[in-house]
Amino acid sequence: MKTELTVNGRTHVVEIEPRTTLLDVLRDGLGLTATHAGCEHGVCGACTVLVDGEAVRSCLILGVQADGLDIRTVEGLTSGDGTLDIVQDAFCETHGLQCGYCTSGMILAAHALLRVNATPDEEDIREAISGNICRCTGYQQIVEAIALAAERMRTSNVLGAGEVVK
Amino acid sequence: MTDPGRRFVSTNRRVREDRRFVAGAGRYVADLDIPGTLHVALVASTAPAAKILGIDTTEALAMEGVVDVLTGEELSAGVAPLMNGLDTPRVRRFPLTVGQIRYAGEWVAAVVATSRALAEDAAEKVRVRTEPLPFVIDAETALGPDAPPVHPEHGSNLLLDKTFDWGPVADDFAAAEDRLSLRVTWGRNATVPIETFGVIARWNPWDEMLDVWASIQMPKYADQIARALKLPGNAVRVHYDVDVGGSYGVKRGIKHTVLVSYLARKLGRPVRLIEDRLENMRAGDAQGPERIFDIDVAFDRDGTVRSMKMRALDNAGAYAGRAPFQLGKPIGAIVGPYRIGSVQYRAMSVTTNKAVQEAVRGFGQAPTNYAIETMMDRIAAHLGMDRLELRRRNLIRADEFPYTIPSGSTYDSGDYHTVIDKVLAHADYAALTAERDRLRAEGLCAGIGIAACLEPSGGNSSFEPLLNENNRTSTWMEGSRVIIDALGGVTVTIHTTSSGQGHETLAATVVGEELGIDPDRIRVTRPDSLSSLPGNSPVGSRMAIMLGGAAARAARDLKRQLVAIGAHAMGIDPSEASYEAGTITAPDGRAVGWDELVDIGHRRFHDLPPGTNPGLAASFIQQVPTGVALPEDGKVQMYPCYSFEFHLVLMAFDPVLAKPEIRRYVIGHDCGTVINPHIVRGMTLGGIAHGIGAALLEEFTYDDGGQLMTQSFLDYLMPSSHEVPSVEIVHHCTPSPLTEFGQKGSGESGYLGAPAAISGAVQDALSPWGVTVDKLPLRMSTISDTIADAETAA
Amino acid sequence: MKPVQFDYVRPRTVEDACGILAGDMDARVLAGGQTLVPMLAMRLSRPSVLVDITRIEALRGITLTDDTVEIGAVTRQAAALASEVIRDEVPLLAKALRHVGHPPTRSRGTVGGSVAHGDPSAEIPLVMTVLGAGIVFTDDDGEEEAFEPADFFIGPMLTSAPMGGLLSRLVFSRRGSAPTGTGFREIASRRSDYAFASAGAQVVLKADGTCAEALLGIGSVGDTPVAVDVAGLSGTRLTDRDIRGAVAEALEDLETVDDLHATARYRKRAAARLAELALTEARDDALEQAG
Repeated sequence: MKTELTVNGRTHVVEIEPRTTLLDVLRDGLGLTATHAGCEHGVCGACTVLVDGEAVRSCLILGVQADGLDIRTVEGLTSGDGTLDIVQDAFCETHGLQCGYCTSGMILAAHALLRVNATPDEEDIREAISGNICRCTGYQQIVEAIALAAERMRTSNVLGAGEVVK
Repeated sequence: MTDPGRRFVSTNRRVREDRRFVAGAGRYVADLDIPGTLHVALVASTAPAAKILGIDTTEALAMEGVVDVLTGEELSAGVAPLMNGLDTPRVRRFPLTVGQIRYAGEWVAAVVATSRALAEDAAEKVRVRTEPLPFVIDAETALGPDAPPVHPEHGSNLLLDKTFDWGPVADDFAAAEDRLSLRVTWGRNATVPIETFGVIARWNPWDEMLDVWASIQMPKYADQIARALKLPGNAVRVHYDVDVGGSYGVKRGIKHTVLVSYLARKLGRPVRLIEDRLENMRAGDAQGPERIFDIDVAFDRDGTVRSMKMRALDNAGAYAGRAPFQLGKPIGAIVGPYRIGSVQYRAMSVTTNKAVQEAVRGFGQAPTNYAIETMMDRIAAHLGMDRLELRRRNLIRADEFPYTIPSGSTYDSGDYHTVIDKVLAHADYAALTAERDRLRAEGLCAGIGIAACLEPSGGNSSFEPLLNENNRTSTWMEGSRVIIDALGGVTVTIHTTSSGQGHETLAATVVGEELGIDPDRIRVTRPDSLSSLPGNSPVGSRMAIMLGGAAARAARDLKRQLVAIGAHAMGIDPSEASYEAGTITAPDGRAVGWDELVDIGHRRFHDLPPGTNPGLAASFIQQVPTGVALPEDGKVQMYPCYSFEFHLVLMAFDPVLAKPEIRRYVIGHDCGTVINPHIVRGMTLGGIAHGIGAALLEEFTYDDGGQLMTQSFLDYLMPSSHEVPSVEIVHHCTPSPLTEFGQKGSGESGYLGAPAAISGAVQDALSPWGVTVDKLPLRMSTISDTIADAETAA
Repeated sequence: MKPVQFDYVRPRTVEDACGILAGDMDARVLAGGQTLVPMLAMRLSRPSVLVDITRIEALRGITLTDDTVEIGAVTRQAAALASEVIRDEVPLLAKALRHVGHPPTRSRGTVGGSVAHGDPSAEIPLVMTVLGAGIVFTDDDGEEEAFEPADFFIGPMLTSAPMGGLLSRLVFSRRGSAPTGTGFREIASRRSDYAFASAGAQVVLKADGTCAEALLGIGSVGDTPVAVDVAGLSGTRLTDRDIRGAVAEALEDLETVDDLHATARYRKRAAARLAELALTEARDDALEQAG
């Protein structure tokens, strides 16, 4: 089925079998492997992407359903030249990860939160990532990373720092 | 925390691996795009035990995209059985079962197709005709004379039954003033990484080379593949530059690897098997220990524990594998941090019709620690003594190290009393107790849990010869290589995969420390297995000690070469030269800098000291600091280093709803010198999260029909950010005298004591009713029903 | 875990959707997909065609009429949670929505999908049961048929949805001007899991502070959410003792089930405890409004 996917600002017209999830379309069809498969049944959150700015599990959307939606993945956060955005850099600063497998989903869940809440408290942050399972960190350094990112966005003098997903 | 003499070790530097992961640029096995790759899906058995009468693949083979359907019959004719840790040759295991099904979900056939979806379509059409066999799920039932044997050829379900007597157990029991018995049960859980296991194999018939990319954390992986496929060791090339999406012990997909390797050779195409979550849960052979502990303990009325008899009965699942060794590692810390004079330990492992057990974080130590700590709480309750006082009385004192325990291991160093005092002071124990009592007065159940336990580290494998006399292993080495290239760049090599432990940061930090160079300027690479030095992968909390040791020693060798070159250039003896940050200085102030040293080393043989090889390279293979001897009289030095942790937890819950909530969690942690504080902190916090899961939520539960009821993440419950609290860590550092920087292991920290502490808190909360819940996980409904029964009885 | 092959259509009108559904027994409605897609992945659901109704404009949105709030079936749970109309007019639903899944499932999951699925532990069906909200189906002729929750939820994942019809909207009464307090409580191993037991309550106070109306429902413990009769609280001052007594009496015959995670007797005690907590919360809420 012919589908128009807008991923990280670029529009692709792709032929998708209806049974293929958006997760598999991103990874296998578009080569965007930053989005990871964890459970494929909508519990672990490793496959989280942003759809119209909101965090969504890409294993719970069929590729054909994503027709016309604005999809963002971690590949779209930076230009790929080695610079990191504020959230990514905060995760490095607090070591908010270990194996890295849940990290893409965590970072996008953080973006979805920070888009609507510039001053999240710990409870807000824990709620925002409660649908993303991490087996390495026990979450604490992730919570610290997101709090740090929020703080840096608020205090940054860089134009648009708060609008991390452009 | 920073040692004034050290520039990089113990400093809060960023973890270098993090950059690629936050950018989504990790390289996991499923990300690899190897042209022409075929996909595997498995045909899983539905029955827990059955005889296979026939497998009809006709319909499946005719389906779109299907290339092959492989059965156990064919595969077993082409490969050797998978490695068996114990001396049980009749317990044979192949990737696809042959003739008989031994657990629900076991792989019966493999379908190979051009896409995973097509492979799954065809797997539904493979017809397996079976005849049901009786089955057994419970370990104690499996021991009975009438129990159906999982492997009839083996004769019984008993894989291992070994009793050790260390010290005068009978005398100590006779002399002790009091004794008690208890039983606790550790439920079957595992670390369940978010990335399932995956592997890709490619056979090149012109080179006769098997290339393997896998999400693996396993000692001697390449050797095991070569053995199973009957290939020379140098015909298997494992690529270590694959990021592993979590493991914590379980990523040991040897059966998956042998399967796809066979298929790759047979079909002449790359073949990949990325488990889906259902395959992973029911038949990834990655479930953890499931253990019943029966303990008799003898003690005096002043609280002195004299002797302990422990029987550990472990449900290994359907095959032996390496899992029964998880009864062996705890021998190295069988008395925990306590001075217990004698121990009897009976280790029993039985087969049942459950999925195969695999190594889980701590390799059996966390269940044992839970048993020991519950025992200590019970003694205190029995004597009416304070739990802390009882522990203090029995803890090994700082002035007693090195301390040899009855089972033959010598603890390297520690200061347990101080760590506990620091934690109690940090937490304000009196205030914490008052808070517990205040919560109780509000009508809540409230309890304080404590756990003091050890993390044996350094990854020796002495439990192998101890439990299997045919095994003569007395080394478990790890290698590293450091080179300085012709432009002066430093590169360190790691010869294994990593699954989040930050080994690249570790290696760069210790080499930077030795050479006095900024670690961020040091490159770390991972050659494939054929270009690697021998090693044993990151198991048993060993890499800080072993890789850290190897890389530091290789760097020190390089430094020695640089000093010799510089001294020779200045015409002085090397003993007169000093090295700092890459510059060699003579007593009179003359100096030879880095660029000059590199130039001499790489281009100017004529300027090298006589007898020196050109090029600046050094390798070192690190032996386990204490691992030299084979067991004698059932005693052996197990791991070299012993980290200590002390947990203090306050929990509270409504007596009816019984959802245990952690109100405060403090841990004191002493793993010697910390190489990177971020990494050690993360390990400890993550380990506690695993421990919370094991204590309260996670279990592979089988129903009476032998079916796994927790196959999905809807039923296998892992802690989310709501269930894991903020944890306060209190640091202490007692360096190990055995390692390069005084470091010990920390990869299993947190997990080793958290289940014991959480259980202790719940039992303390239940204490007003005089009841206990002695099986993990502590289910909410069990806690609530136990209270309700106690109230009815009262 | 890849679904079986199926077709996919995305009609723009209710009539088109109903036409496809009426013509194919194995056709399935796809709304937010947060429950259906996992069932597809595990091949527990094997449809011939999926009818994606989320782009049918007529099914989307929250409408305020003189005495009702109507929620279009494909309204996202996140949109409902953010809705001021729902917060002001159907406060119990607003409270329950916070407990539905996680932010990333609420952003896709629909209000109607949760009702159509008929899970006994789902929050929205429980709220509908407590409040007696209407469930409206539309067929391919545009004919509407309305159901009461008690008639609609007939078993675990089992509803009396008419063949060929499409769940089009949910109809809630607007709260009155009298102080109307609500309480919603549930218990699960983890905050966002399927609950072992759940309770929703709403109380309305008279001007003299006594109870004019008390509603209670229990979810997650049996085959369907159930409305529980606590009419005996009317006229009382809703003291703790009143509430405890009413709950004990009302739940005496409550039927509960055993499963992997919780025993039946636990569920029964937990339901009573949660019912007390929900009613207490509702009372306090109402008292606060009364000033």
